[in-house]
Amino acid sequence: MTDGGLFHALLFDYTLRTVALGAGALGVVAGALGCFAVLRRQSLLGDAISHAALPGIGLAFLLTGSRATPVLVLGAALAGWIGTLFVLGIVKHSRIPEDSALGIILSVFFGIGLVILTFVQRRPTAAQAGLETFLFGQAATLMVRDVLLIVGVGAGALLLLALFWKEFKLLTFDREFGGALGFPMVRIDILLTTLLVVGIVLGLQTVGVVLMSALVVAPAAAARQWTNSLSVMVVLAGVLGGVAGVTGALVSATGGGMPTGPVIVLMASAVVVVSLLVAPGRGLASELVRRFRVRRRVRADVVLSDLYALAVQHDESGEHAHPVAVLRAMHGGQAGTRRSLGVLAERGWAREVEPGRWAITPKGVERARTLFLPGGEEDGVETVGRGGVAPGGGL
Amino acid sequence: MSTLDVEIQLLAVVVAVACALPGVFLVLRRLALMSDAISHSILLGIVLAFFWVQDLAHPFLVLAATATGVLTVALVEALHRTRRVKEDAAIALVFPALFSMAVLLIARYAGDVHLDVDAVLLGEIAFSPFRRLEVAGMDLGPRSLWLMAVILVLNIVALAVFWKELKVSTFDAGLAAAMGFSPALIHYGFMGLVSVTAVGAFDAVGSILVVALMIAPPAAAWLLTDRLPVMVVLSGALAALSAVAGFWAARAIDASIAGSMAAMAGVVFLAALLFAPDRGVVAGVRRRARQRLDFARTMLMVHLLNHEGSARARVENQMDHLQEHLRWSPEFARRVVRRAERQGLLERRPGGRLRLTPLGREEARHRMVR
Repeated sequence: MTDGGLFHALLFDYTLRTVALGAGALGVVAGALGCFAVLRRQSLLGDAISHAALPGIGLAFLLTGSRATPVLVLGAALAGWIGTLFVLGIVKHSRIPEDSALGIILSVFFGIGLVILTFVQRRPTAAQAGLETFLFGQAATLMVRDVLLIVGVGAGALLLLALFWKEFKLLTFDREFGGALGFPMVRIDILLTTLLVVGIVLGLQTVGVVLMSALVVAPAAAARQWTNSLSVMVVLAGVLGGVAGVTGALVSATGGGMPTGPVIVLMASAVVVVSLLVAPGRGLASELVRRFRVRRRVRADVVLSDLYALAVQHDESGEHAHPVAVLRAMHGGQAGTRRSLGVLAERGWAREVEPGRWAITPKGVERARTLFLPGGEEDGVETVGRGGVAPGGGL
Repeated sequence: MSTLDVEIQLLAVVVAVACALPGVFLVLRRLALMSDAISHSILLGIVLAFFWVQDLAHPFLVLAATATGVLTVALVEALHRTRRVKEDAAIALVFPALFSMAVLLIARYAGDVHLDVDAVLLGEIAFSPFRRLEVAGMDLGPRSLWLMAVILVLNIVALAVFWKELKVSTFDAGLAAAMGFSPALIHYGFMGLVSVTAVGAFDAVGSILVVALMIAPPAAAWLLTDRLPVMVVLSGALAALSAVAGFWAARAIDASIAGSMAAMAGVVFLAALLFAPDRGVVAGVRRRARQRLDFARTMLMVHLLNHEGSARARVENQMDHLQEHLRWSPEFARRVVRRAERQGLLERRPGGRLRLTPLGREEARHRMVR
């Protein structure tokens, strides 16, 4: 299917539109809620919650015999919530560290879930078919009422997020301060964790219990790279999550029954990689550029200090020009002296008196003094003469 | 019990013990969730190697999967070192991506070989006895049992040989570095061991339940002892117990054996959490209750001594007045008095008056000066 075809189908194919809408809404909700999980270092709590939800799905089906999404989602939410309580309880009441507690809860609950699912599957009714789509998710199974559930509950969660914005922000960045202001931080914590549970269980049908945590973490981690503001981060994570959801669901639904969860997760991971590389300010690419600039400046400053030292030793006016080879020898024969001289010339701190011979300009002398001389000229000259950086120099 | 049952249980026990041994150090070194990451991403190694050699029984698969496990650890650390994401987020970003690739590759290209998505999560411990190891036409037993036995021995040998290094670097990383043990070498060597174990166990119990077997028994053992060698042995024993109990529980309701083993490991951990002699929740509750009573008794002694012989003694040193003066509930006051009486520290006089015995007076004075 070509891009144009896909776009056409998105607009006019009923099933595809349903699926894309559901996965997109899910991505928005998960991305926005995930910001708080990532900032509070609870990325792996999401993993534990989503795995812990599995027995809830199985039990809900076993007890009610219903495959209706709201029933299963409710079971999943209860189980995920109980799993979270277990993690908190273990950490509080024993010396087991948090990572072990998370590992135990996620794997043991998942094991119990598999026991229930296999038990259900071996019973002689046909109604259980499809429960295993909750492992890796199958967006193609989304019905309109499922999408309405995601949109409705998700909108409710986002509304609560907006209503308690200030409280959640306090909880995330300065819990003690919030407590001192008189906010009930424990209750706020429970509310935010409950919202996280809700966001995760909404995605189980689409993305599956195994990978849902990635849809919570990845958009938030990507958004974090682009901004230092919480509100911008939450909105951006919602957008990125939504994009990953829509594209992932479409690729999965049109690509021959591939499980949706992995596709969406790969989309979200790609967004993370791109963000890590090219985001302005925090991105690794801009870090490289910054490092390159700093290195170039430091090198130029070293050459400038050498020129200054030569000028002091020869004649203060700076009319005396020195060969490039001398300058190169002064800092250990390092390459790049000519480039550094170019940089200095650009700023008017040095000039090429005749080809291959350079002198410091009066402006350069001033600059060299501000650079290195905290404790008297003689001292400074001596330090500079060694080609090093003066201690306490204002680099 | 049929031979089949015996073989499955034997395999279950070997897998569980092999997982629990490195698990001890995973728990102590706060690396529990690295096992989660490793056990997921080894699937990618298995799948890619399978495409290469086209044989699920090829030893190259184990090698490639182990390498992927170590690579995962390196990737998580590299991502963390960029300081753009925290460590927990780094774990939560790396393994889902690798695992997703593997699942998609299986779904797309390997649908008709014995590598299906269910097996990835459930393992196939119930079927593994059907794949036999035959040498020169002789049946030597299930193939995976041999593989896991080798891995178990490897674990035991590695722990024995590098015991000192692992121990020191776990409890005092600075000292270990000062003694000249390379932290990186120990860390990656150990993670390699975890990876091999996860690869071997993967076949039997699937990628997520490996975590239960690696973390739950050592965590339970840690609640029961403070000594490392005891913890290691105890972890192995609890793991074996979970395996056998899990097998029979699964048999009883005809459900997944691997899932049931993980559930039993959870039950064992919960039992240790609640009932461990010193560190259990129940022991803690009882200890606090006793301390509360002891403190209240001492307070009562001091109260009685304080008012003894004074004008108000008739009012103050009266059973019914304790609630008012010490703000105790009647029930609690009765318990404290009964306790002090039983210990021979006070006696009840007619009319509800309380009087210190000589022993009680001695005790109250002693407490006051201390």
